[in-house]
Amino acid sequence: MRYVLVSILLSASMLLAACGSPATPAPGAGSEITVAGSTSVQPLAEVLAEAYMGAHPEIRITVQGGGSSVGVKSAAEGTVDIGTASRTVKDEELGEFPDLQVFTIARDGIAIVVHPDVAVDGLAKDQVKGIYEGSITTWSEVGGPDAAIVVVGREEGSGTRGAFGSLIMDDEEFAMVGTAILQPSNGAVRTTVSTTPDSIGFISFGYLDESVKAVAIDGVEATAENALGGEYPVVRPFNMLTNGEPAGAVKDWLDFILSEDGQAIIADEGYIAAQ
Amino acid sequence: MDMRRRYLVDRSVRYLLFFSALISLFIVFMIGLFTLREAWPAFREIGLLSMLTNSEWRPGRDQFGLLAMIAGSVWAAIGSMILGVPLALAGAIFLAEVAPVWMRGIVRSSVELLAGIPSVVYGLFGMVVLLPVIRKIPVAGNTGFGILAASIVLAVMILPTITNIAEDAIRAVPREYKEGSLALGATHWQTIMGVTLPAARSGIVAAVILGVGRAVGETMAMIMVIGNSIVLPRPLNSNPLTLFLSQARTLTGNIAVEISYATGLHEDALFATGVVLFVLIMIINSSANLLIRERRR
Repeated sequence: MRYVLVSILLSASMLLAACGSPATPAPGAGSEITVAGSTSVQPLAEVLAEAYMGAHPEIRITVQGGGSSVGVKSAAEGTVDIGTASRTVKDEELGEFPDLQVFTIARDGIAIVVHPDVAVDGLAKDQVKGIYEGSITTWSEVGGPDAAIVVVGREEGSGTRGAFGSLIMDDEEFAMVGTAILQPSNGAVRTTVSTTPDSIGFISFGYLDESVKAVAIDGVEATAENALGGEYPVVRPFNMLTNGEPAGAVKDWLDFILSEDGQAIIADEGYIAAQ
Repeated sequence: MDMRRRYLVDRSVRYLLFFSALISLFIVFMIGLFTLREAWPAFREIGLLSMLTNSEWRPGRDQFGLLAMIAGSVWAAIGSMILGVPLALAGAIFLAEVAPVWMRGIVRSSVELLAGIPSVVYGLFGMVVLLPVIRKIPVAGNTGFGILAASIVLAVMILPTITNIAEDAIRAVPREYKEGSLALGATHWQTIMGVTLPAARSGIVAAVILGVGRAVGETMAMIMVIGNSIVLPRPLNSNPLTLFLSQARTLTGNIAVEISYATGLHEDALFATGVVLFVLIMIINSSANLLIRERRR
């Protein structure tokens, strides 16, 4: 009896373990478009997919996450039709995959936000860098009151953290000061900054509201206009990538996204239109 | 004929129950196997020893030390024990020995209600009510987030577990023990302290250990109040008690905070965190079971 039990368990678990390996989606099957990559782009891509599928019921678009690096890799290797990345595609990546086509569909600013009671309205980029490195620890060092700065950030792997790193810290994999409070989403960072006195954090423009105060960076206010004009320094692109020239339904969807209608949806969602 | 039917029904019910029991066994087995399978590359490439002894967790630079998270989980559990165990034990003694019948019902059902509150609600309560209060403690570097907030939230969360099991243990003490003690002239309180509690000792210890297991496994409420910083908790100034104001990250929080963006070795390392947690809780629970079994003997 005991022997039977163990062998049932073993064989069943092996069967399930074998089923666990991810199936590779077929590339470019015509009526189905597969998308994977940045989780920052994901919600926007889903809205754009729904809008397109409404007019083209014969097309099915599935949007998955995974992260920007996964987006680049899966587009280049053809495991998906479109990869997404919430950052610039790196030169090494373009060198490794020369056939990659990059379509910038939108831009997203990252706002540096502080608790509403912090008497600081603007910071230099180097000051933000100092705060997140841990070399600046009190608000008085950056023209504020004599209080310790509470640093709030995102966890490693987050696209927003990566973009913040490459735009402010000059290193995507920067070491954030150890005592930083880490929260797992833009919304959680906003809540933490809004409820913690003397705190500073960074969030996507799409999450800005009156519960936190966005500070000007190098004298430029964090607004969509400034980001569009290129004055605001912390702006990242939302990219869609295909391996080679897009064709068929993939091309049609990308054309829709880059059309006036598509860009209007992007602006409605709180992001900055690319066109 | 009738005999045969009854026999068949009897046998099929037996197999039905057997397979139902088998399913939960199977699920535990599968979860363990799956977690281990996913974690295997991390153990192979990073090494279990280096994960357990290194306190640097920086997946972007391929550093995967779990020591800071292990310390975070342990300190939060210790803090919750210091705050929660005396409260829970006092409650259990009250329910088993002191409370009048009408009051017992009210107190017990409110303790049980605590067990039914979702973890995220405890976290919310901690964020909105506890953090601003803790923030008022005048220590440099105190942000409110940290082990103290986590300990207080956990202490309340483990209260029902410890109270219920400890109460059962106290009730299981044979009546004759108490009667003997009272007959010798001991007061009610002396009997509780000198006879009942020592006799229920192993059951009470098991209750506490199960509470520890629950504390170590708690996730959502911890993410919301402990700060999730990757630092080895250490005192903020010369007073060693300020260690509890230090931020930390728990093993459970490490997985929950990072899993959504993790890929490759980073993801494997998070599954390895799960294996470490799994083993830790298995050790804790089986030591509780061992003590309970010893009591029955």
